[in-house]
Amino acid sequence: MTSATDKSFEDLRISDLHSFYGESHILHGIDLNVKRGELVTLLGRNGSGRSTTLKSIMNMVGKRTGSIMINGEETINTLPHHIARLGVGFCPEERGIFASLNVEENLLLPPTVRSDGMSLDEIYDMFPNLLERRKSVGTRLSGGEQQMLAMARILRTGARILLLDEITEGLAPVIVQKLAEVLEKLKSKGLTILLVEQNFRFAAPIADRHYLMEHGQIVEEIRKDELESKQEILNTYLGV
Amino acid sequence: MTMIFGVPAAAFYGQLLLGLINGAFYALLSLGLAVIFGLLKIINFSHGAQYMLGAFAAYLLLSVLGINYWAALFLAPLIVGLLGVLIERYLLRRIAHIDHIYGLLLTFGLALVIQGTFTNWFGVSGSRYPVPELLQGGINLGFMFLPIYRAWIVVVALVVCFGVWFMIEKTKLGGYLRAGTENSALMQAFGVNVPLLVTLTYGFGVGLAALGGVLAAPVYSVSPDMGSNLLIVVFAVVVIGGMGSIVGAILTGLLMGIVEGLTKVYYPEASNVVIFLVMIIVLLVRPAGLFGKGA
Repeated sequence: MTSATDKSFEDLRISDLHSFYGESHILHGIDLNVKRGELVTLLGRNGSGRSTTLKSIMNMVGKRTGSIMINGEETINTLPHHIARLGVGFCPEERGIFASLNVEENLLLPPTVRSDGMSLDEIYDMFPNLLERRKSVGTRLSGGEQQMLAMARILRTGARILLLDEITEGLAPVIVQKLAEVLEKLKSKGLTILLVEQNFRFAAPIADRHYLMEHGQIVEEIRKDELESKQEILNTYLGV
Repeated sequence: MTMIFGVPAAAFYGQLLLGLINGAFYALLSLGLAVIFGLLKIINFSHGAQYMLGAFAAYLLLSVLGINYWAALFLAPLIVGLLGVLIERYLLRRIAHIDHIYGLLLTFGLALVIQGTFTNWFGVSGSRYPVPELLQGGINLGFMFLPIYRAWIVVVALVVCFGVWFMIEKTKLGGYLRAGTENSALMQAFGVNVPLLVTLTYGFGVGLAALGGVLAAPVYSVSPDMGSNLLIVVFAVVVIGGMGSIVGAILTGLLMGIVEGLTKVYYPEASNVVIFLVMIIVLLVRPAGLFGKGA
């Protein structure tokens, strides 16, 4: 039932997830699922709990209750450093490029989690800028290059479920276009992607489904073919 | 008689060598402190006590079990390092999530307990540890007499410091350490067992202190307060070099030893305070330290 080609298999299934930072209760009963090979976005305003949802999947929050099934395995009690080993790659909003490492060291840093990750050559093929600057200090790169580095880093590990947080934030349109092409390519390779995104025009053409979040809850699920009919709801929640 | 800047050459070189030896100890100890501070963000106040434990481990290995200096050079850091692993695992980890000032208090308390226990057992007069046979005697260099054991200290300290620098800056494991220092939560999300890395790092830093203790045993008397005297100066060295900087800790340690030695030649009255004067000046001019990043 977990064969790589089974498109109905849920790579990620979250039920009744509550998350806390210290005393503050951030997520209030999230239910969502991402099927194998799907690209799903979490849309919503700042502070609606989208990043916290990704961090909760990675067990990077103070406390979480409910159920998070990754690859059919319950992970609500799994230690943070064991989650990546299930084939999950996380790209944080602040990109997390290490200043004390150069580009190539940054690229090679995360341990491999599966055997079929992209090779360095494939990665440099996809992101030629990184090849040119591979000996530069990671944080000397432009914002766009840093974002590509942060993405490339988890592709090399062989992660098959990608959690991407605001990858287009603050980037020039030409870079955003490049990232959209990269996501299309990853999708065609069969990777499963959960994308937190502010830029709806970036997300709409490439995503299969969208979840709308508000106040730590999911308020609406929108399939690609419903985008037009539910435009009103989108406008209300996104304020566009 | 040859004179250097109005001082007899023999006295000049003699103090330079003494300074270099003290500098070697400063470098070893501040290196351990820097490694620990980098990842754990804890100022390890029991570093001096752990240095003392290294010296006592060597002393007890020899006097009780008859194990010689060469074996002790490896065994003592290993034993004391394992003790450090236990301290991290069962004490420091419990308070890792709260303000790091508690880590400082805990390690300070530990230092007092360890030092007090050893004072109770061994008294404060100190015990002698013989210089190993192979390293006895000295060489006449013409301009000065060089005791072999003292040269050995400097060589070992330099080799170890370079080795640690190389491991941290040039290897994969060192990359984990540097990255973990910057953002341990993200390293954990990448699948790196950060808690284990933290435990081993603390054990390693403590082991470095213990190695300093073994090296010191034949030249200083092995006594319970040998570490607390040294630690104050080492903290000043760390502040001058910049908290958490590996290169800074090593170079500043050696440099401050030499500065102290030369002050003994030219103005002996100031030799005990010169490092602290340097510290004050550095704090005023460059608060992040000579090798520190940011302000």
